[in-house]
Amino acid sequence: MSFLSFLISGISLGSIYAIMALGYTMVYGIAKMLNFAHGDVIMIGSFVVYYAVTGAGIPAPAAVLISVVVCTFLGIAIEKVAYKPLRRAASLAVLITAIGVSYLLQNLALLFFGADPKIFPNVITLPALNLFGGQLVIAGTTVMSIVANILIMIFLMLFIKKTKQGQAMLAVSEDKDAAMLCGINVNGTISLTFAIGSGLAAIAGVLLCSQYNQLTPYTGSLPGIKAFTAAVFGGIGSIPGAFFGGLLLGVIEILSSAYISSQLANAIVFAVLIIVLLVKPSGLFGRPMREKV
Amino acid sequence: MNTLLEVENLNVYYGVIQAIKNVSFTVGEGEVIALIGSNGAGKTTTLQTITGMLTPASGRIIFRGEDVTKVPGHKLVEMGISHVPEGRRVFSQLSVYENLKLGSFTRNNKSEIESSIKRVYRSFPRLEERKNQLAGTLSGGEQQMLAMGRALMSVPIIMLMDEPSMGLSPILVQEIFHIIEEIKRGGTTVLLVEQNANKALQIADRAYVLETGSIVKEGKASELLNDEAVRKAYLAS
Repeated sequence: MSFLSFLISGISLGSIYAIMALGYTMVYGIAKMLNFAHGDVIMIGSFVVYYAVTGAGIPAPAAVLISVVVCTFLGIAIEKVAYKPLRRAASLAVLITAIGVSYLLQNLALLFFGADPKIFPNVITLPALNLFGGQLVIAGTTVMSIVANILIMIFLMLFIKKTKQGQAMLAVSEDKDAAMLCGINVNGTISLTFAIGSGLAAIAGVLLCSQYNQLTPYTGSLPGIKAFTAAVFGGIGSIPGAFFGGLLLGVIEILSSAYISSQLANAIVFAVLIIVLLVKPSGLFGRPMREKV
Repeated sequence: MNTLLEVENLNVYYGVIQAIKNVSFTVGEGEVIALIGSNGAGKTTTLQTITGMLTPASGRIIFRGEDVTKVPGHKLVEMGISHVPEGRRVFSQLSVYENLKLGSFTRNNKSEIESSIKRVYRSFPRLEERKNQLAGTLSGGEQQMLAMGRALMSVPIIMLMDEPSMGLSPILVQEIFHIIEEIKRGGTTVLLVEQNANKALQIADRAYVLETGSIVKEGKASELLNDEAVRKAYLAS
């Protein structure tokens, strides 16, 4: 029974990674850049929830909604100010800018919110599930993470397959000029992608902080890198890749810390990534790079 | 005849290299205009500047009496300018049908869009046979048809075509030029860039000859076909 409970914890943690990985993978797919500030948007979103609930006494669901709105606009603003001017610049310049934005957000948070860890309020009040006569207890947060992940995936898949804006995203991700010649507003589509990715970051932030109960300006940093790893693991640019990459990463992390060593868990996670990339460089669901003819 | 598109003293640079020097020309309503010239003469650059893929250093582009030089490219599609780019640029990971649907991005009436798709299928029956296939799996000729079909989906007033016959077998070249004639008969104005000057001059009303970024000759297509210098330089006879 303990294996099952570890597995479920892994899937739950993996679900959070998956939601975060979506932000990386969608932005990469469309803007062809790695938004390293994504993890810090998650941290900002969590602080918004923290202050809304503990400071202003706003009910949790409303606080989460506010956080989604704040992160959405933060994502759009970061894109406009930091990345849009570099649309035609070398990818290294964009990468360094993204790292810069990441540190900027962390240090602004340090300045305004302080370095001392905040106790994250209990915003998910779902009761725990008691299965097999109390032998297996699944926390409300765990259930919520898994359900949120599945709903977000279904919603995104439908959005991309069925809506005009979703199809425009696919077109922009493949060929910006050809998309423009179809009448698609390329800059608008990129903004929308950042908006969706950052809105999801707010949700991921709430789930993450609810699981660990702690919040500092560096909260988004390591999970951000792991979510990025999950995106690469699944094949960067692929939405199902982010889903399965995130889940696998979460399960590997929890199972290795349970059965091998909790100190080595991160090392094992990254070792598995290296092995996957050696065998299949484009990731599990990634398309192999092809030369354009 | 009313002037539909007017290009005035256009200058375009790639960094410090000037690709287009003081290019001016007009396209009348319902005409087929050919821009001919050898590789690197600036034909593609001219088209790309008109549709906003490149920004000119100076000069004006006037469409239906309105200065559109600074209008963003995606808005031009809505205004009725459609561009079949060099190298087809179809969305290879999407199906033929999805590609055509994207061509109608600026339109909203679903039943009109479906009937436009049917019209494209009538012009290019091969596309209907392959409507659920990924565009990347099509042959070069089929991709060219798809690129043209996609451009037609915005119901353009003027269609810019960049080297539609490039890399195609003689039979397919014939087929593509038939379609261009059909597009013209349908009332759409065509600005055609071609290295196959012979074919282009046969279907064009008027033509401009570009050489290293400047227009060096212009006139009726039938006259240019018989022009000694043009024959020598571009028709290889």
